[in-house]
Amino acid sequence: MVNVSKRFRNISAINNLNLEVKDGEYLCVLGPTGSGKTTLLKIIAGLVNPDKGEVYIDGKLVNNVPPQERNTAFVPQNYALFPHLSAVQNVAFGPTSKGLSREEANKISMKMLEMTRLAGRPDSQPNELSGGMQQRLALARGLASDANLLLLDEPLGALDARIRVELRYKIRNLVKDRGFTAIHVTHDQEEAMIVGDRIAVLREGQIQQVNVPTKVYNEPQSIFVANFVGGANFLEGFVVDRDHQGAWIQLRNRFIARVREIDFSPGEKVILAIREELTTIVKRGGEEQEINFFPGTMQSASFLGNSTVFKILLKNGDVVNSRIPVSQYKQDFSENEGVYVRLHPENIMTYPYPQGGLFRELEAI
Amino acid sequence: MPSVQLVNITKKYRDITAVENVNLAIEDKEYVCIIGPSGCGKTTLIKCVSGIIQPTDGEICIDNKRVNEVPIQDRGVGYVFQDIALFPHMNVRENVSYGPFVKGWSPAQTRTLVEEMLNMMVLGDRARDHPNVLSGGAQQKTAIARALASGSLLLLLDEPLGSLDVKVRKLLRHEIRRMIKDLNLTAIHVTHDQEEAMAVADRIVVMKTGKIVEVGTPSQLYLHPKELFTANFVGESNFFEGRVAEEGDKKIKINVDGSFLYSSEKAPAEDAKVVAAIRPEFVAMEHQQKTEPLWKGTIETVTFMGSMMRYEVKAENGKVVDVKIPFSSVSQEFEAGSRVNLKFPPESVLLYAYPRSGLEKEISVE
Repeated sequence: MVNVSKRFRNISAINNLNLEVKDGEYLCVLGPTGSGKTTLLKIIAGLVNPDKGEVYIDGKLVNNVPPQERNTAFVPQNYALFPHLSAVQNVAFGPTSKGLSREEANKISMKMLEMTRLAGRPDSQPNELSGGMQQRLALARGLASDANLLLLDEPLGALDARIRVELRYKIRNLVKDRGFTAIHVTHDQEEAMIVGDRIAVLREGQIQQVNVPTKVYNEPQSIFVANFVGGANFLEGFVVDRDHQGAWIQLRNRFIARVREIDFSPGEKVILAIREELTTIVKRGGEEQEINFFPGTMQSASFLGNSTVFKILLKNGDVVNSRIPVSQYKQDFSENEGVYVRLHPENIMTYPYPQGGLFRELEAI
Repeated sequence: MPSVQLVNITKKYRDITAVENVNLAIEDKEYVCIIGPSGCGKTTLIKCVSGIIQPTDGEICIDNKRVNEVPIQDRGVGYVFQDIALFPHMNVRENVSYGPFVKGWSPAQTRTLVEEMLNMMVLGDRARDHPNVLSGGAQQKTAIARALASGSLLLLLDEPLGSLDVKVRKLLRHEIRRMIKDLNLTAIHVTHDQEEAMAVADRIVVMKTGKIVEVGTPSQLYLHPKELFTANFVGESNFFEGRVAEEGDKKIKINVDGSFLYSSEKAPAEDAKVVAAIRPEFVAMEHQQKTEPLWKGTIETVTFMGSMMRYEVKAENGKVVDVKIPFSSVSQEFEAGSRVNLKFPPESVLLYAYPRSGLEKEISVE
């Protein structure tokens, strides 16, 4: 996609967007509601025409190519299964309409049903299948087409959380086994990291960052990405001094933090970000002279199964959430207990203070 | 004060039994979540409490008084639906004021209460906006504020966050719990999202095919699930079918197709067929070297999940084992093809009698 823009009346859905997806790649487009994810997918499918810019598939300009000739399979959010056809007929529809014999089409269809674990229900109509099964059927239909490019719009969105967890591993394997190029749209960052070779983070019709999951998570380029992908603690401050190894940042009420970043000048306002799981809670003071060792009180603990999130109110008024994996959860804390939070300088990301304020960057609602 | 008792509740639709003989006691000021796969009867159950559905059999008591015959509006419950049902022609403040207005509160009383609700839900600066210009999250917050302003001490929440983005859901669930606790309300909250349930609830009720499987606190259900279904539905688990090989003093030896596992659980009978379960995050993994391994295997896939790494390991005995390690403590380089040792700490290996219907059917989440 080259310089693609699309407006709906006075709302800009896609704003001068550039994106390259490689052959055989599984790309996830991740963003909040209204960020333009579905529009982007529909532009590639040919279901929406861009106002500006070019769309190329396999090196060929397709702006004027109708959807059915783009060699793409679009799996919409609501499945759009044929209600009067059985599962096997739904999947065989594509191959049949491409001129394959009924026998051949059914053979492909059965193979796809097997891959999506629906081989036991070939004769069921969509309304006789559970939501999870319908979702897999829609996917089987997409996979059965001989399209090279699979476009998946929130393919797991309508499912219960537990089934979603199971299917996301499966969907990636299916797509990879069949050698598809896939573009998968979702608002679920964990899903994006699991299924995508790369992730494109979308905000207000523009791509904020495209990279492999580890890079997007470990080196987010903006506050928005850090918050939307994984979440973090954000602390406001300004640079008081810097040297060759890093800088000293003054937080609220004269707390001083050390960071390894040196791209900022003294006086500059900055935001420090640190992942919840990279903070450490320490019971006793010990070396209070140590850097980034902040006193506070335990506010609450939220047990989430594979981890527990502790909320600590620092003495300077900032709040830090600390996530401890269940396998490392060795000590208990009581409410209002005095504790210390340690933030390792190498885990702190530093960003320039955003023009519209911090809240605007974190707003997901 | 609203405690809730459900006694032998059954609801049938023609030949389908949606809820079967459910007994549940909820204490005053308790926050209870009901979870379970689609079609397990969780929504039917909460609708019985509200009065929207009449049970075929059984008794519903609120505050120790039978309410089966009490109409919806007189049960004193506030209700929040998944599909946000705000009055489209009213702004946020008017929507929230509706309950007190209908109840005939004085304007001054209403204003104070409504302002308090709007402030608590951080909706103050959206008070004059109409629903159609609000985001989904702000609409749902308005719906919750409206239910809270109704003055009901018992709040029923039916998938209140279901239509929202994951990110928004995670933010709002904390606000909901805080509000309910600050206002000393009793709450019953239905969700399909286990993590949401763990984050908000004092106790969780797990349902399957119309029946209660298990009731417990979040940590009980996650760390010591009594039922196989719970071990799979609340968080993920590895399951191994095997037989009790030997009962030691402190550990039971389990034979899994010729490989062995140890569990510190109580022993079913010797030679009993069992299912051993262990969470992926409790499996220890290291490169093959010196130590005497229990299980050897090869890493097949490596998945980065943000705070966690997930590995799928094909063991030499043919079993596939999921292993999760916090990203911050992955000290060794593991990649696809790495030969590794797997260790299963006995205190994390849970034992279950082999289910009569078979393992796969028992743990099915559909």
